[in-house]
Amino acid sequence: MLLTISTTREPATDLGFLLHKHPDRVQEFPRAFGTAHVFYPEATDRRCTAALLLDVDPVRLARTQGKTTPDFSLGQYVNDRPYAASSLLSTAMAEVFRTARSGRCAARPELAGTAIPLEITLPALPCRGGPALARRLFEPMGWDVTADPIPLDPAFPEWGDSRYVTLTLTGELRLADALNHLYVLLPVLDDAKHYWIAEDEVDKLIRAGEGWLAAHPDLTLITRRFLNRRTALTRAAFARLAEVGDDAEETLEPPAEEEVRIPLNTLRRDAVVAALAELQARSVIDLGCGTGQLITALLDQGVPKITGVDVSAHTLMVAARRLKLDRMGSRTRERVDLFQGSVTYTDARFAGYDAAVLMEVVEHLDPPRLPAMERVVFGAAKPAHVLVTTPNAEYNPRYENLTGLRHPDHRFEWTRAEFRDWARSVAARYGYQVEFRAVGDDDPEVGSPTQMAVFGKEDPA
Amino acid sequence: MTEISVPKMSLVVLVGVSGSGKSTFARRHFKPTQVISSDYCRGLVADDENDQAATPAAFDLLHHIVGVRLRRGLLTVVDATNVQWKARQALVALAKSHDVLCDAIVLDVPEEVAVARNAVRPDRDFGSHVIRRQRNDLRQSLSKISRDGFRRVHVLRGDEIDDAVISYERAWTDKTDLTGPFDIVGDVHGCASELDTLLAALGYVDGVHPDGRTAVFVGDLVDRGPDSPGVLRRVMDMVERGAALCVSGNHEQKLVRALDGRKVRVAHGLEKSLEQFALEDEAFNVRAKTFMQGLISHYVLDGGKLVVAHAGLKEEYQGRASGRVRSFALYGDTTGETDEYGLPVRYPWAEQYRGRATVVYGHTPTTLAEWVNNTICLDTGVVFGGRLTALRYPERELVSVPAEKVWYEPARPLTSRGREPDVLDIGDVTGDRYVETPGGTIKVREENAVAALEIMSRFAVDPRWLVYLPPTMAPPETSKKDGYLEHPDEAFAEFAAAGVTRVVCEEKHMGSRAIVVLARTPDDARARFGVEGAGTVFTRTGRPFFAGDLQDRFVAGLREAFAPLLEDSPWLVLDGELLPWSAKAGELIRGQYASVGAAAGAALPVAVRALEAAAGRGLDVGSILDRARRREINAARFREAYARYCEPVSGLSGLRFAPFQILACAEGATAVTRPHDWHLDRLAAVAHPLVHATRHTYVDLEQEDQRGAAVDWWTALTDAGGEGMVVKPVAHPGGRVQPGVKVRGPEYLRIIYGPDYLESLDELRRRFLGRKRSLALREHSLGVEALSRLAAGEPLHRVHEAVFAVLALECEPVDPRL
Repeated sequence: MLLTISTTREPATDLGFLLHKHPDRVQEFPRAFGTAHVFYPEATDRRCTAALLLDVDPVRLARTQGKTTPDFSLGQYVNDRPYAASSLLSTAMAEVFRTARSGRCAARPELAGTAIPLEITLPALPCRGGPALARRLFEPMGWDVTADPIPLDPAFPEWGDSRYVTLTLTGELRLADALNHLYVLLPVLDDAKHYWIAEDEVDKLIRAGEGWLAAHPDLTLITRRFLNRRTALTRAAFARLAEVGDDAEETLEPPAEEEVRIPLNTLRRDAVVAALAELQARSVIDLGCGTGQLITALLDQGVPKITGVDVSAHTLMVAARRLKLDRMGSRTRERVDLFQGSVTYTDARFAGYDAAVLMEVVEHLDPPRLPAMERVVFGAAKPAHVLVTTPNAEYNPRYENLTGLRHPDHRFEWTRAEFRDWARSVAARYGYQVEFRAVGDDDPEVGSPTQMAVFGKEDPA
Repeated sequence: MTEISVPKMSLVVLVGVSGSGKSTFARRHFKPTQVISSDYCRGLVADDENDQAATPAAFDLLHHIVGVRLRRGLLTVVDATNVQWKARQALVALAKSHDVLCDAIVLDVPEEVAVARNAVRPDRDFGSHVIRRQRNDLRQSLSKISRDGFRRVHVLRGDEIDDAVISYERAWTDKTDLTGPFDIVGDVHGCASELDTLLAALGYVDGVHPDGRTAVFVGDLVDRGPDSPGVLRRVMDMVERGAALCVSGNHEQKLVRALDGRKVRVAHGLEKSLEQFALEDEAFNVRAKTFMQGLISHYVLDGGKLVVAHAGLKEEYQGRASGRVRSFALYGDTTGETDEYGLPVRYPWAEQYRGRATVVYGHTPTTLAEWVNNTICLDTGVVFGGRLTALRYPERELVSVPAEKVWYEPARPLTSRGREPDVLDIGDVTGDRYVETPGGTIKVREENAVAALEIMSRFAVDPRWLVYLPPTMAPPETSKKDGYLEHPDEAFAEFAAAGVTRVVCEEKHMGSRAIVVLARTPDDARARFGVEGAGTVFTRTGRPFFAGDLQDRFVAGLREAFAPLLEDSPWLVLDGELLPWSAKAGELIRGQYASVGAAAGAALPVAVRALEAAAGRGLDVGSILDRARRREINAARFREAYARYCEPVSGLSGLRFAPFQILACAEGATAVTRPHDWHLDRLAAVAHPLVHATRHTYVDLEQEDQRGAAVDWWTALTDAGGEGMVVKPVAHPGGRVQPGVKVRGPEYLRIIYGPDYLESLDELRRRFLGRKRSLALREHSLGVEALSRLAAGEPLHRVHEAVFAVLALECEPVDPRL
């Protein structure tokens, strides 16, 4: 909520001309969610400091936005927005210092075009990525960066640092550039914008980034975060930046900020598809279908009837969109069915399939709930075949950075022996035979990363 | 007057040419909604009742409507010509597929009458040849209609049509007017001596119960045992005297056919009966055969709440009549396969049973009579050396006597059917649902059930433990007092206005709501909840509180703590708060509250200094500076407010459970509705480091000084950092009165409304409480309902339905700050 800009370029009070705000006046700019104040805590020839104080009223913020607020953190009264240098501050700054940001200054035109010694402080800057990222983003433009982490609560040292830093930037830059750096990078560091991202955001980014952004080593991260990870907009921005003439070409290729997973997903899916083909399954129910990757693969394979079931209605919505169900031709559409269901509730709609697939599902169930799932799938739905895949816990030490389980929602991960014991006992209880397969690189010592059981009904009556 | 009698639940097919007066007849005798006419359906699908091209579509619709009505058990009348065999055949098949009887009423009017009637109707512009053709069809039909499959064909001619009176016959199975009490007796199989012993144990004296109870036999009185004639004699005497009812078993059916000289395979103990009958005189043989022949497939008793059938009966067959209903009732849900002993494989229909009626049956011998989804099999294999068992209804008590010897070797060894894992069905929870509770019927909307299904499936504890979820609680009307959003005065006023005279104020603990289920031993848990383990603790959304063995250790500690209460009751369900807040909410505190505190702590002092410097320069920043200074103080208080509820916890140490209500226990299964002093007195007896007492004070609302003292108590509590208090009527209120309201302290509310909320009180006072209060009432009713169902021994799916509904309602959007 507070930003100070100081210069020691004498006469320092010329800062008032550059900012178009008189050093001896206290000015007020009403905003939808509070008031922005500009005042000068010091204004001498040797050093002049302008302060922008944004007084956010969280109650007003919550009340004016209502239920449709795009950013849920704003819907709450307990909110860091009144204190932190967030995108609210960045947009307020952009408007209050609009002329300064454009680099126009009728009174001191030369000064506006000159790099001057500047010091900028932000006492509480939300910084997703920590002090290191703050340095990484500001240093390429010539800033000296001090970013001190703020502890969460001094009384509870065991809680560690908060996501805020106290940021001080010093350097010799044009004031307009400095303001534009802040305008773009504050929301990037905050990584939670407060309004809907529209097409014209790309324009704003291009304008504010003129002369520095295209060459920034972290162009991809900045663009993606500023545009709130909207892939389409990000691509548009990259294309425009390329037009501007910078060598942004290479960044046009797959923007991959998230860690690149080894394609175990693909291996697993291929293994399941191959097993189903071997079994000549003509109807398949994918229990826990997620967003429908296996469904797509089975459609390609020509399996005549494919049903996807997931417990999350939202995931199914994404799957339907991804599969483009509403635009599918009627012959294809008839092959696919999606509905919400749960593997711990018996469901008549699960019955009558050649094969049921439980791909990476069982490890999301609490162990005491497994018998219910077994009964629902093997006892009630009784497909001719059941395919189960699950992580092999023995393989985990092969993942360098892995501590604990592979996914926060995994309730357990089985060793090969545990998985086999479980599968054999289920098979014995429900009249199935079972065989096991390795999925992925089969390490002689610890086995494959994923293990698969293929169950076949003994008496397919 | 011609009386036509049709079954109460049936399909009535009117037959007659166009103009024979079917519609007039239907209008006179039946409700408009009972009559489905082909003309009307033609209109619906073609906008023209006479568009003959639309006839196939019209009949599609007609059959659909009729089918839905029959499925729902409604008397339905079809108003169409039905003069052709094909048309009638389709309707007879439809009735049969819904297991209802079908009668035909033929209106046989002279051709000239029909032609004359049609002539005066401008919409009937077809020629008289159409009527003639229909007359011919009808004439041909009349000679053979008795073979169409109608239960009865009523033919009306001339004046009979206008004079007819319709009466309704009750189905033979319909004994809903008999309300018992009953003693339902399992398969006897010729064990006459054991039957006499059991009847004596039940209190019958020479076949009559002094209290007027009625015995109900589930069939299979005969075969295998030593004295089938003796058993029959006893039962026939009782039935004839009105002291007993009896449904048919499969063994009676087969014995009758054997006695009739029909060819049957003499096995499974039939040989014993035949030997014994050969020694009886002719008069007995005739009497017994007549009796057995007259036995019907099942009875629906006690206003529809009880069904007795030999092999059980699924809901859609109850009270219905058809070959397959009879076959199900006698033989069960057979799959046509046989097992390794050559006995038919029976489908476990009871596992899927969801009907409201209790079904009592026999047929499948087991070692123990056990309830499965409101059904119970009483065949405990007396003839195989097991026991003869009876069920007292409505008491639901089992009475049994042992076999005197093994009278017959079983073909397959007797086993317990074993407890099924109580798997729930998706149909138990999805779709728009209407849950009956003491507070009225509560609707659960489909979209909320959709959200709840995910939470329930992915995160909740085993549904057998999940016998309750706590309701949300509303604050009282918003206070207008300066500096307060909530104040005890409004709570007291609200309850006083509702006629409540005595309330209890309970300290509101700032922690995480926790429901604790405890059993004295794992055996007690298995017996009561059907689940392994000795207890559990879960959150207000049904999640287990802790991961791994900490959960078990916590439960073990609580079992030790509540040992005094577990002496009186082998199991307990407790409502309380788990402390400290940080034990469960650590992530939320760090991510939300402490973060805000950290940002404020870093930014505000700097802002104050900058403003002070500006003021030092003579700039007019007075009001901005004042406000910044106030916010600095507010932020510090906010930090204190959350930090107060944070304590380091490691393992069990530091954890405390603060109980305030016994939701259920063996002695008062719905303890939840007992007065709060009962709860608090009992809980006060528990002293243990794991248990945190709930401070409380009682207030007589008519005593002004007591109200004042309670306000002081609240003020002291909140000044010392307490969250606030909950005010509850001491006696369970019922109706539209809130079961409790929470009055939170002004400092605590900073955590809810933000550090500076006191600066915006007027704005915040415009909060809307109605939805929250309605939700609190509905969820409370559902919780009480879940516990009453648990107490009444209802099946898991019934308890789960009410618990699931609470979770679904919690998915409704409500201001989370209330």
